[in-house]
Amino acid sequence: MSFSLARRCCETPLLKRVVQFKTCRRKIESYNVTYTVFRHRWMKRLPVLSSSRMSTQPDKETVDLSKFPVDRIRNFCIIAHIDHGKSTLADRLLEMTGAIVKTEKNKQVLDKLQVERERGITVKAQTASLFYSHQGQQYLLNLIDTPGHVDFSYEVSRSLSACQGVLLIVDANQGIQAQTVANFYLAFEAQLAIIPVINKIDLKNADPERVESQIEKVFDIPQEECIRISAKHGTNVEQVLQAVVNRIPPPVASTNDPFKALVFDSNFDHYRGVVANIAVFGGRIKKGDKIVSAHLNKTYEVNELGLLRPDEHPTQKLFAGQVGYIIAGMKDVKEAQIGDTLYLKEQPVEALPGFKPAKAMVFAGMYPMDQSEYPSLRSAIERLTLNDSSVTVQRDSSLALGAGWRLGFLGLLHMEVFNQRLEQEYNASVIVTAPTVPCKAVLSSAKLIKQHGSEEITIVNPAQFPDRSVVSEYLEPMVLGTILAPDTFIGKIMSLCSSRRAVQKNLVYIDDQRVMMKYLFPLNEIVVDFYDLLKSLSSGYASFDYENAGFQTADLIKMDILLNGRPVEELTTIVHRDRAYSTGKAMCERLKDSIPRQMFEIAVQAAIGNKVIARETIKAYRKDVLAKCYGGDITRKLKLLKKQAEGKKKMRRIGNVDVPKDAFISVLKRKDK
Amino acid sequence: MIRRTVCAAGRALSASRRCFSGEGVPVDVPEGAAGPPHIAKEASLYVHWPYCLKRCSYCNFNKYIPKESNDHIMTTCLQRETETLLQLSQVSRITSVFFGGGTPSLAPPSTIAAVLKIISKHVNLPDDAEVTLEVNPTPAGMSKLKDYCRAGVSRFSIGVQSLQDEDLKNLGRDHSSHDALQTIEEARRLCPGRVSVDIIFGRPRQTVESWERELSELLRVCDDHVSLYQLTLERGTQLFKQVQSGRVTVPAEDVMAQMYQHARETLQQHGFLQYEVSNFAKHNSVSHHNMSYWKGRQYIGVGPGAHGRFVPLGEDGVLREARTQTLEPDVWIYEVQKRGHGTRRRIQLGYLELLEEVLVMGMRMTRGIYHKHWELFSPHVGLHEAFGASVEVQDLLQSGKLILDDRGLRCSWEGLALLDSILPALLVELERQILPRLSDGRITKTSNPH
Repeated sequence: MSFSLARRCCETPLLKRVVQFKTCRRKIESYNVTYTVFRHRWMKRLPVLSSSRMSTQPDKETVDLSKFPVDRIRNFCIIAHIDHGKSTLADRLLEMTGAIVKTEKNKQVLDKLQVERERGITVKAQTASLFYSHQGQQYLLNLIDTPGHVDFSYEVSRSLSACQGVLLIVDANQGIQAQTVANFYLAFEAQLAIIPVINKIDLKNADPERVESQIEKVFDIPQEECIRISAKHGTNVEQVLQAVVNRIPPPVASTNDPFKALVFDSNFDHYRGVVANIAVFGGRIKKGDKIVSAHLNKTYEVNELGLLRPDEHPTQKLFAGQVGYIIAGMKDVKEAQIGDTLYLKEQPVEALPGFKPAKAMVFAGMYPMDQSEYPSLRSAIERLTLNDSSVTVQRDSSLALGAGWRLGFLGLLHMEVFNQRLEQEYNASVIVTAPTVPCKAVLSSAKLIKQHGSEEITIVNPAQFPDRSVVSEYLEPMVLGTILAPDTFIGKIMSLCSSRRAVQKNLVYIDDQRVMMKYLFPLNEIVVDFYDLLKSLSSGYASFDYENAGFQTADLIKMDILLNGRPVEELTTIVHRDRAYSTGKAMCERLKDSIPRQMFEIAVQAAIGNKVIARETIKAYRKDVLAKCYGGDITRKLKLLKKQAEGKKKMRRIGNVDVPKDAFISVLKRKDK
Repeated sequence: MIRRTVCAAGRALSASRRCFSGEGVPVDVPEGAAGPPHIAKEASLYVHWPYCLKRCSYCNFNKYIPKESNDHIMTTCLQRETETLLQLSQVSRITSVFFGGGTPSLAPPSTIAAVLKIISKHVNLPDDAEVTLEVNPTPAGMSKLKDYCRAGVSRFSIGVQSLQDEDLKNLGRDHSSHDALQTIEEARRLCPGRVSVDIIFGRPRQTVESWERELSELLRVCDDHVSLYQLTLERGTQLFKQVQSGRVTVPAEDVMAQMYQHARETLQQHGFLQYEVSNFAKHNSVSHHNMSYWKGRQYIGVGPGAHGRFVPLGEDGVLREARTQTLEPDVWIYEVQKRGHGTRRRIQLGYLELLEEVLVMGMRMTRGIYHKHWELFSPHVGLHEAFGASVEVQDLLQSGKLILDDRGLRCSWEGLALLDSILPALLVELERQILPRLSDGRITKTSNPH
């Protein structure tokens, strides 16, 4: 979890957590239309590429990629904490190398999705090939854009695997933030060349020297290696390009080897099928070649290939060390598995090491506002997951909310971004339930082990939670969280973390005012409101990021919610024993506020087994009858009563209690911020 | 009008038609005893006088502050419309007449006489038929009571509302408590035993204690009938805005409930039997006109915005219609003058819709709905059949809020205060039982009993 916690962001409503419960209903546009518009916008933004070409750019029509041997290719990406200026620097690089026209409007050119522009984040990696002249030589620089969030570290590592170096951007005013640290380690572990770039030196409060010393202290990179720039004004950006050529090694690949390419991303195009982004690790490839997917062992014929600049730019061939796209008649994104190796049919090669598939860490139910919207929501979810294979989809149904799905996400931001895309790109209105995390149970019953086929099972739905008596232990997912904050907030942050069952692992001063703390958290403790609390107690100055840290034994129990003694199955929750009371109390309170008073008293209870641990009471009302009802009042009165009768039919009756759908929504959905 | 110079005579006559039921609930002599009722041949009649001198802060009724007097035109039009609707309804008898408003005590007594005369001209209006007039207890209104009696009014319903002068001012009433007491006295002198007073509880700043004192005071002066209304905040009224903006607060829900229960108990102790949610009567002086609404009888509504329920003359002549007159007095007058009628909307009531009205209205009475009464409208599906199968109704029966026995279906004392929460459950069940029978033809779709 790591939104930037910079103060500016707190004031930005765009960064506000997505409202899960949108009541607005909008027209459902077809995917086709949305997609077409989307493409069209891009064509418009890049009207006549050739007319505005700079001298450094070879003619579009006559790009001869064979002129770029491996030693004149550099593959790199830019990594940064949110809002430190990654996209602005990318815009400048694109302008300076003539990939795009230099205009005032170039903002986040590589961030194509509406959600990316609104939130100032990158979700989907994009790639742009740049032509750059340095000391009389033409270079091909492949900028592989990365998502700026650890939820997407899966995407980041995909991008990194196609690179030999990174630009690590740090804001000259804010200094190192939690995500800077996380991204640095990803690059460091991938053994990439790291070029630290200090951005926003034009700001009044910029303190590049302090940031340089932080970088030296935390990352052990000499201060002299930092490049101070202002991406906004283009100051020293030329130096960045030179550093890319000088400090980043060329890819290790030879055109003489057999063709071998890594699929590092894929998109689904409604008309042309799958567009796969590839990094060529050896040999060459051209239109018409027969290629094989090592993963599926299926053969395809290359229909189109080329560079991304950042839009698709067809070429005749792609050579070793280069990065580009291919279209080869794949109909499903699953055919272009990320991490797969492609080779020529006649020349099989050993597959490159792939990626581990992304594991869903946060689950949430998604239901249509109205069951009549189920088919359109289903198609919207299907289409979105076409381009985001990291989302797991499972059909689910709730007595209160009807038919829907249980979706698994890489993290909270991932979930919010998905939800926002669903609303913005597909006009779907959804109820999103409070996120839960999967837990595991180690079974002790031989019968159950046989039944499940394994000793350890993963539980996503509380209904499947096995009883303590057949389990030797329960496990919950853990994360290693990194918090960076001014030292004045240490006390408050420590007490927040300990209230979340977190264990401190480390505390380091990165300069004389800022500390970096590491905590081991149960994931469950940070998925709902941890980040918001951290943000508010530090006046927006703390930043937070986390990485997965496996599973750990936990004292988990199943908690039921009862209405007048009857359990409400959709409200059953798995909680840690230490948190049962506070969670149960909060749920009872929310139910009390959302179930209307009825003719009799209603006991709202939270219970573990037979033991009630929290209770709220909804008092009976004693009078509900309209004073006057004569001849002239019948029509109006009956209309009102009929409306109530209709509403009653829609309510869920638990024992003798009528529970409106809204009550379930208010308990199940995430709280509005 | 010679018909009713002496109200007391009428009272004596009508009293002989009624008796007490065993449980002390005032009821009519069962219709069956006097042979089959001809309820399609009779109706009650409501006349709406739309004018007021000023606007009350809580009232959202259809009323207008006239710029100039057009009593004469209005009178002619009320007569004309009465004629039109009586002919259309083909009833042979009008069982009661009610002059409501607005402020009908602003109408000249001659208007009342003229309308009653036109009714008598076309149909049978028995001498003992109840003729009620709503009265604003102002000195001007009081001075005309005698003339109203001469014109044929046999019952007065007096809008006392409160005995606190401060509250009367805040409610925007144009009378004082003194005026009210005087008017009650005069009305009782003229129509002893046939005077009703309206009182409102749940007023701003009212407490349970002050309400108790006020009610005791009222009981010392009132006649045999009390209508008790909880102040309802209606959208668009001045009071609604005041409460919304927080300038005025009304008692909380639970306090309102306490006031209502207290009033019910006190009135009972003083011999007033509750016969409907808001109506209490001593010596069986119930409002027959209002009873006919709750019993689902036909009624004709005359005047701007008035509602009616009757089977009009037509090709099939079996479906009851919900009819509404044009709302604005000027437009209504224009239409009556030009077309001979001011009916703006006619909606045919389906079989189920009529039953729903019978249910919703009938359950407001303490006697509830008798089997015989229900059978008039639903000859094929009895009360047990219609409601007995529902789990929720069973819950209500078991918890003692609802009673379903040999007599019929009704609310208990406790249940009556919760009627609006009970009715949705009954409506759901009624629909569940009736709709399938309608669609497979087990019930034919006529909506009025014969």
